[in-house]
Amino acid sequence: MKQQNSKKKLFRHLKVQIIGVTLVLSIAPLIFLGGVIYYQFADVSVQRCKDQLRQLSRSQSNAVDVFLRERTNILTTIVNTHTFQELSLQQNLQQLFQVLVQNSQGLGLIDLGVIDETGEHLAYVGPFALKGLNYYQQPWFSAVMSKGRYVSDVYLGYRQLPHFIIAVRGHSNGRPWVLRATIDSDVFNSLVRTAHIGEFGDAYIVSKDGTYQTQPRLSGKLLEKAGLDTNKFAEGTTVQEVEKQDRSIAYYAGSWLKNNQWLFITSQEKIEQSGGLLEARNTEIIIVATGCLAIILATIFITQITVSRLEESDREMDKLNAQLIQSDKLAALGKMAAGIAHEINNPLAVIGEKAGWMKDLLTEECFQESENFREYKTSVDKIEEHVERARKITHNMLGFARQMEPRLDDVDVNRTLDQVIDFLENHARTNNIEIQTDFQDTIPVIASDQSKLQQVFLNLITNAIDAIEKNGLIEITSRCNGDFITVTVQDDGPGIPKEQQNHIFDPFFTTKMPGKGTGLGLSVSHSIIEKMGGDISFTSKEKEGTTFTVKLPVVLPEKK
Amino acid sequence: MDTFRILVVDDEIDFLETIIKRLGKRQLDVTGVDSGEKAIALIKEQLFDVVLLDIKMPGGMDGIEALREIKKIRPLTEVVLLTGHASIETSIEGMKLGAFDYLLKPIKLEDLMLKLAAAFQKKDAHDQKIRNAKIKELLRYPSKVFDQIKENDK
Repeated sequence: MKQQNSKKKLFRHLKVQIIGVTLVLSIAPLIFLGGVIYYQFADVSVQRCKDQLRQLSRSQSNAVDVFLRERTNILTTIVNTHTFQELSLQQNLQQLFQVLVQNSQGLGLIDLGVIDETGEHLAYVGPFALKGLNYYQQPWFSAVMSKGRYVSDVYLGYRQLPHFIIAVRGHSNGRPWVLRATIDSDVFNSLVRTAHIGEFGDAYIVSKDGTYQTQPRLSGKLLEKAGLDTNKFAEGTTVQEVEKQDRSIAYYAGSWLKNNQWLFITSQEKIEQSGGLLEARNTEIIIVATGCLAIILATIFITQITVSRLEESDREMDKLNAQLIQSDKLAALGKMAAGIAHEINNPLAVIGEKAGWMKDLLTEECFQESENFREYKTSVDKIEEHVERARKITHNMLGFARQMEPRLDDVDVNRTLDQVIDFLENHARTNNIEIQTDFQDTIPVIASDQSKLQQVFLNLITNAIDAIEKNGLIEITSRCNGDFITVTVQDDGPGIPKEQQNHIFDPFFTTKMPGKGTGLGLSVSHSIIEKMGGDISFTSKEKEGTTFTVKLPVVLPEKK
Repeated sequence: MDTFRILVVDDEIDFLETIIKRLGKRQLDVTGVDSGEKAIALIKEQLFDVVLLDIKMPGGMDGIEALREIKKIRPLTEVVLLTGHASIETSIEGMKLGAFDYLLKPIKLEDLMLKLAAAFQKKDAHDQKIRNAKIKELLRYPSKVFDQIKENDK
């Protein structure tokens, strides 16, 4: 019981080990592979998003640059083709502005002004009353005077509204003057904003110190600080990953323009670009989870089957071991019995002979006259009687060891069967089993080994009784056809299952409970009958019964 | 007709002595030795009709070996094997080597006498056959009869 429990424990442990190792070795690589694919995919996706942003930022910043350059060139052309005197006249400027507005719709100019070298705003066309104001102190004025061309940052100016201007210096009669135009913020902003992508994407321009130069789409105001460190953006176009205040991650692509004074920014939330990635991740998780589930189920199922088979074969092995131990015990007992019988037989032979000699002597006349002759004779007879008794015991022991002298007896098969039936009848009756016989009277006496035949019949009838267990009928017949004597033993027991039929003559094969049968009976019977030149066979149908047939060659005894 | 001569071979001296006495008391000419070697030496010198031979004799020549030798020297001598423990293999070997029969110790004298009688009968029949053959031979060449008589007189 204890051994069974420890074996159960062992098999449970084995099952857990197999399942554990198999799952670790199969699921871990699957999850690892899933992870690697996901991160590769995520990496590619991020890279693609950055590339897209970079591309967009570069192309749109180019567009803004072209926009500014174009307008600067227009102003330069005007300055070069008109004199200060012409344009400083309000009427002429008015006319020029109208032509510009009419012919070049979308130039995005709000106003146009002409300023002399002292900063005096001599002529002005636009919605504000800026004529007559002096710009000499304005930073942009000195910049344009020195550089010749200037695009300002956004500032409030006299109009107190955020705007930026493009100013170009001209020369008339050796004296410098300035043509200045204000860019329409709506036009410029819409140009910049076309670069935004997605729901949370934005596009705007900041100055070198991080001040908004256009109105951002989502948060922040013009001229406010954008909170971006513009120094992180290298020359050309670069992409930065920035953690925002709300801990969300965003990608910023920045392209420098306007002689590296402005930074064109396009931004996108990481979460937005990873929408597809999330979908891919979910699909991958489903695939990996399904794979894992399939592996787990298959592992458990296969392990269950494997361990069950192992348990089954272990049980078979135990059974076989028990049978081997049993047969070993019997063999050892047989050897011991034979040894003891031999050791006893020799002194017994001496005692027997001595007693016989005394008996021989007692027949002599002188002894017969002795007063105690009768006592001597009785004693010697008793000694002989008990030697004979002991002889029978030792011979039975040798019989048990199955090593009786082989001899050809004159065997009456019917009589032998009767003897065996007599021996087993009581056992059969106790189990309410009837034994019916149908013997042919004319079966000849044959030369065979009676004790071996007894052993065979004993095995067959005992098996029939054991098969029936309780309440049944055993029919035993004998027939002779001249060459062979045929004995059948038929029972109405449960029959032998088909899968066992090929094994019933195998040594140690038994259907009986361990300890009840050695599994040697039919095997030994088979070899005995084969050695006699006969044959033993059977037919069996489940639920109907089994019939064993023994065929013995008719070998007539030598005439003595 | 001469008395049949029996040789008993058994290492168990008590058994040997007693069986000699008992068979002797039944008017049989019995000789006994306690080893296979002695038996062979004796058989080489003398003729015996039947040898009662114990199979298991510890040390030296055992019964089966002795049987083989006896059959080599005197093929016509019948051998009855005696044993306290007859195994199937030994018995089969004994029969193959030409033993007449087996007896399992302790023996019943009645059984032994029956076996001896059967062995004597066989030996006698065989001897008779040889005698008849010799007579036939002599009658075919009558001159030889006289030679034979002369030979016998010597």
